Amino acid sequence: MDFYVFLIIAAISSGTPLLFAVLGGILSERSGVIFLGAEGTMLIGAVVSCLTFVQTNNLLLATLAALAAAGGMGLLHAFLCVTLRANQTVCGLALTLFGTGLSAYLGKPVAGQALAVAVPRIKLPWLESIPFAGRILSNLDVFVWLSFALVMLLYLYMYKTSWGLHLRAVGDNPATSDVMGLSVSVTRYIHVVACSMLMGLAGSYLIMVYSPNWIEGMTSGRGWIAVALIILAAWNPLYALGGAYLFGGLDALGFRMQLMDIGIPSYFLKMLPYVVTILVLMAVGWRNRNKPSVEPKALGIPYMREQRF
Amino acid sequence: MKKAFLTLIIFTLAFITACSQASKTASPSASPSTSPSEAASTEPAASPSAGLPKVAFVYIGVPGDGGWTFEHDKARQAIEEKFGIKATIVENVPEGPDAERVFEELAQDHDLIFGTSFGYMDPMYNVAQKYPDVKFMHATGYKTLPNLATYQGKGYQPGYLAGIAAGMLTKNNKIGYVGAFPIPEVIYTINAFTLGAQSVNPDIEVSVVWSNTWFDPATERQAAISLLDQGVDVLANYQDSPAGIQAAQERGVWGMGNDSDMNRYAPETYVTNPVLNWAPYYTDVIQSVIDGTWESHQFYGGFKEGMVEIAPYGKNVPQDVKDAVDAKKAEIQAETFDVFTGPIYDQSGSEKVAAGAALPLEDILAMDYFVKGVKGTIPQ
Repeated sequence: MDFYVFLIIAAISSGTPLLFAVLGGILSERSGVIFLGAEGTMLIGAVVSCLTFVQTNNLLLATLAALAAAGGMGLLHAFLCVTLRANQTVCGLALTLFGTGLSAYLGKPVAGQALAVAVPRIKLPWLESIPFAGRILSNLDVFVWLSFALVMLLYLYMYKTSWGLHLRAVGDNPATSDVMGLSVSVTRYIHVVACSMLMGLAGSYLIMVYSPNWIEGMTSGRGWIAVALIILAAWNPLYALGGAYLFGGLDALGFRMQLMDIGIPSYFLKMLPYVVTILVLMAVGWRNRNKPSVEPKALGIPYMREQRF
Repeated sequence: MKKAFLTLIIFTLAFITACSQASKTASPSASPSTSPSEAASTEPAASPSAGLPKVAFVYIGVPGDGGWTFEHDKARQAIEEKFGIKATIVENVPEGPDAERVFEELAQDHDLIFGTSFGYMDPMYNVAQKYPDVKFMHATGYKTLPNLATYQGKGYQPGYLAGIAAGMLTKNNKIGYVGAFPIPEVIYTINAFTLGAQSVNPDIEVSVVWSNTWFDPATERQAAISLLDQGVDVLANYQDSPAGIQAAQERGVWGMGNDSDMNRYAPETYVTNPVLNWAPYYTDVIQSVIDGTWESHQFYGGFKEGMVEIAPYGKNVPQDVKDAVDAKKAEIQAETFDVFTGPIYDQSGSEKVAAGAALPLEDILAMDYFVKGVKGTIPQ
C-alpha cells in the first residue's frame, strides 16, 4: 500500500514539469505552430525564476518573472514563424540552442547557490480522511494543484468554448478561418506566447520545487520528452495528464525496481519510459489506423493569405 | 519579397546561434587568443623551461556544477595565483570526437594540458602521440605515454570515513546510496563506505540505486526519493549535483554528497562527504614542468598527499561522530590503517581479501563486486 502511495506521489511530482510543458505545446500546435523550443524555454524560465528569487525571496514574483521571460521567447518564435513565416522546425531548434546558451550565461552568478524556497502545500482536513487517495492528495504542492486546474481549464477552453473552436479551426484550416473573419496571426501569436509561458512555468517548477538550485542545463532533455508527449497525448489536455504521469511514474518505478532486486540491469529500467512510449504509440496507432489523423492539419505550415499550396 | 524574408531569417538565425554558442562555452579556437601570454611573449611555447608554461584545462562540465569541475576550477585558480599564469579553460567538452578536436587545437600552443574526465582517455592518448613536446595530464584514466600522465584521488579513504559517520548516525540501520554509474571508482567508494559503516555498526545495510547519470538533478532526485520512500535514514550520493541531499533534507534525513563541500545545500541535515583537493598536486606538476623535471607517472593521492579530504561537518553532526571520524582519519593519514584490510567478503559471502591482508592498489582500482552488506546489483 505504502509502495503505491509513494510511487504515485513520485509519479505526480516528476510528471508535473512535463505536464506544464505538454499543455503549452498542445496550445501552440493546435494553432498550427510547432514549438520545438521547449528545452530552451524551460531553461530560461528556470534561470529567470532563480535570479528573481535570489533578488526578492518571493515565490510568486519568481514564477511571474519566469512566465514573462518565457513569454518573450514565445513572442520571438511567433514573430519568426507567424509574421516572417520562417521554417518552424529550424526556429524551434534555434530557440532551444539560444535558450540553453543564454540561460547558462545568465545563471553564472547564481550557479551552485542553494535556494531556500518554501512551496506551500495545500492541506485540506476533509481530503486526508479519504483512504488511499487522501494520503496522496494531502502531499501535493500548489504547483500540482495549479496543473490540475490548468488541465481542466484547457480542456473546457478547447472543446466547450467558441474560442477553443476558433483555435482548432485555425490549426486545421487557416484559409477557411481567415475567410470566416478569424485572424490567423493573432490566434497564433496568442497561443504560441501562452505555450512558451507554460513551458517557463515548467522550468520554474523544476527549480522552485524539484531541485532548488540553478545548474546549467538542468532540464537535461525533459523539453524534448514534452515535445514527444504532445503527440502521444493526441493534442488533448486530458490525455496529456495521463502521458505526463505515465512517464513520470515509469521514471520513478525504474529506481524502485532496482531496489526490489529482481535482476533486471538498471540500464534496461532506464529505458522503460521510452519503451512504453513506443508501445503506447504503436497501440494507439494500430487502433486508429483507419481513422483520420487527429493532428492539426495545418501544423508546421506558415499561413499566407491567397497563397496556394 | 520572399527573398527579403529569407535573408532576414537567415541573419536572425545566425545571430541566435552565434549568441548561444558564445555564451555556452569559450570556443577552443577563440580561447588561446584571450589568454595573456606572459611566457610566450619572449619565448616560443616549445621551450617551457625558459619561462612559465602555458597551461590549459578541459572540463567535462562547468565550474558552477558545485562538485567535480568546481573543485578542479578551484585548483586552477590556486595555481594561477601562485605562478602568476593565466590558464586557458574549455568548458562543457563532451567525451568523444569533440574532445579530440579540442585537445588537438590546444596542443598547438600550450605546454601542459589537463583533461579532467575519464572519457578523455582515448582522445588524449591519440593527441599525445601526435604532440610529443606537449605534456598531457589525465584525471582518473589508466593509459600513459612518455608525455601522458594520469592522476586520481584515493576517494575510498574519505569514503570509509563518511561510512563511519553514516554507521553511527543511522537509527534503523538502513542507509541509502545513489551511485552514478557502475564503474570501479564508484564501486570501490561504495564498498569503502559500507566497510566504514560496518566498522562501527555491523548490522547496517546499504541499499544502492544507480541513476546512470552524472549530472541530471531531476533524475538524481527521483533516485534519492525511491530510497527515502524505503525508509533509509542516512542517504549518500555519488553524484555531481546536490539534488539528492536536498531531497534528504526535505524528509529530515542525514545527507552526504560527493566531490565538494555541500553544506550550503542542506544546512540542517548535512553530514560530510569525500572532497577532492587538486591544488597541491597541480602546483607540484607545474613546478616540475618549470624545473624541467616532469616525467610521466600514475599518481594516486590520498590523505597523506593532501589530495583527498572530508568536507567540514554539518552543524548538527554530534560530537562523538566527529571524534570517531577524526580519529580514524589520523590513522589513515599516518598510513597505520588501510581501508581495504581483510577479511572482506563479497555479497555472496565468499572471501575476497584474507584476514589481515591489504588489498593492493591495482585490485582496488579494478573492483567489480560489492562487499557483504550492500543491497544492490552491478549490471554485468
